Amino acid sequence: MKILLMGNPNVGKSVIFSRLTGIQVIASNYPGTTINYTQGFMTIGQEKAEIIDVPGTYTLEPTSEVEQIALNMLNTGDVVINVIDATKLERNLYLTLQLLERNIPVIIALNMWDDTKHRGINIDVEKLKTYLGVPIVPTVALTGQGIKELAESIPKAVSADFPVSTRDSRWTSIGNIIDHVQAITHRHHTWLERLGDASVKPISGGVIALVVLAISFIVIRFIGEGLIRYVFDPVFQNLWMPVLMRISDFIGGGLLHDIIIGRIIGGDISFLESFGLLSSGLYVPFAMVLPYIVSFYLVLGLLEDTGYLPRLAVLMDSVMHRFGLHGYAIIPALLGFGCNVPAVMATRILESKKEQFIAATLISIAIPCAALQAMIMGMVGSHGFQYVIIVYGTLLVVWIILGVILKYMVKGYSPELLIEIPPYRLPPWRTVLQKLRIRSYGFLVEAIPIILGAIIVVNILYSLHVFDAIANITAPVVTGILGLPKDAVTALVVGFLRKDVALGLMAPLALSSKQLVIGSVFLAMSFPCIATFVVLLRQLGFVNMLKSFVIMISAALITGGLLNIIL
Amino acid sequence: MSEKTETTLGMMRTGDSGVVSHMTGGRNMINRLDALGIRQGKRIIKLSSMFMKGPVTIKFDEVQVAIGYRMANKIVIKLD
Repeated sequence: MKILLMGNPNVGKSVIFSRLTGIQVIASNYPGTTINYTQGFMTIGQEKAEIIDVPGTYTLEPTSEVEQIALNMLNTGDVVINVIDATKLERNLYLTLQLLERNIPVIIALNMWDDTKHRGINIDVEKLKTYLGVPIVPTVALTGQGIKELAESIPKAVSADFPVSTRDSRWTSIGNIIDHVQAITHRHHTWLERLGDASVKPISGGVIALVVLAISFIVIRFIGEGLIRYVFDPVFQNLWMPVLMRISDFIGGGLLHDIIIGRIIGGDISFLESFGLLSSGLYVPFAMVLPYIVSFYLVLGLLEDTGYLPRLAVLMDSVMHRFGLHGYAIIPALLGFGCNVPAVMATRILESKKEQFIAATLISIAIPCAALQAMIMGMVGSHGFQYVIIVYGTLLVVWIILGVILKYMVKGYSPELLIEIPPYRLPPWRTVLQKLRIRSYGFLVEAIPIILGAIIVVNILYSLHVFDAIANITAPVVTGILGLPKDAVTALVVGFLRKDVALGLMAPLALSSKQLVIGSVFLAMSFPCIATFVVLLRQLGFVNMLKSFVIMISAALITGGLLNIIL
Repeated sequence: MSEKTETTLGMMRTGDSGVVSHMTGGRNMINRLDALGIRQGKRIIKLSSMFMKGPVTIKFDEVQVAIGYRMANKIVIKLD
């Protein structure tokens, strides 16, 4: 049996999915969190049933790529759990009526049931059942209320067989149903609603945005640096270093020592510069990058779950139009500061091919991921915070100039912003921590094998003097244009695997502050890491990927060259 | 009694309310708005508009929607 969870965007389908299957998925408070379907399993009686979390849709007459996916999935299902936001019954019932016209059993989860009381909305569930002719279960997915009953009611799902209708007559029926089952009592605005209104007004909204972004940045840095300074660094220096020294003495020297422990620098093992599996291979991901991954995703998760991001999209809309995008592109861009992979995938929430191309290209070029940023903070920051500001400032200028150019160069249309703004909610700790765990764990399992693999390969290639040959060939570009020592080419090549290790490889080169800035900017802008490359290829197709690639390389060389001249 | 005046959502003043009279955009725009619940006869309140031709935010029932400036100017509202 195949069960489909369907409903309008941002009604809580993913939270219900996670409750029913026990699978942890990313859920947030903005429309379009789920852009691809997720599947899981649950048992009903003796039977194992497949459950699919279908991306949100307002209608079965698709108006976007994501809604088309939802419609295609409907034709493969056996039962539909139609999730409804009970506080927006009227609008949600439109999709419900369309579903009831299909020959498929339906059961309704009347979600966010607790919110109806706060909002003075009174729904007569029994009466609604008689109008719709299918089982209805009130639920509060976040707390788990009603989920057991919902699961038990799945076998009772029935096909209502409503006659196929027109848009106008559906709205007429809905008007009639609402008149009879829903009563709304007047109530005063809550402080969250006042804050919500203030954050989409020009002046107060601008002030709120600056405060939110400033606090986010301070908190990310405070937690990230705190974890490094008081937890991870002491653990590595005091506990791990003595162990490493013993292993080092035991192995003695040679290639094996270089791979496992790394090179001895000035009689000591250096966690950053030695570049062995057990030294840099563990120190870079755990003690330099992980703390920033945790702090970034904690703050991002809070921003996602309060419902602030769509409001930021409204504020940024007119600015983003200068780059051929609209305000909603701010969401993939923000995700990119964590990792470019989900960011490029999230560009699917933009409607036109033009916007998707511009957003994916700009994100790959001008948004450094958390791993690279952590290394920039650690390495460039140790030369002085002004250099970190130069790196970010350069990337911002690149985004702006390249965005304006792409707007006029890329063919296609840029649609208008049209989004639903969810109410502010106090972030539920359950989903915030769940997301933090999924994302941090995801970083570790994806990054560590590549980091360790890169270290082995680079050490072997070093010992075979392969990089010397490459360095001599690429010297005119690396030294001539970028002003970096010719050996830096190793780091630039490794950048295709992972940007954090790549910047780490620049540590032993004793670069000047200026060279570090150029190296960081070039690594951020040039080719995407392999994981991003794969999603870009899937998202854009071969030809557009190639175009995007040419843009990346030219932009990176021009910017690096200019920095070399200016600084 | 004065005639009820019509204006576009873009021109309407923040805080004013009215009923959607008609839309002058294409079929695709009307479909997208309809899917969100914005259609002829719907009573709405304008919550805000952003400067530099930014989006207009409206509220109806318990729903808030932000609409791009050009689209907002294709939605005609009969003011209360």
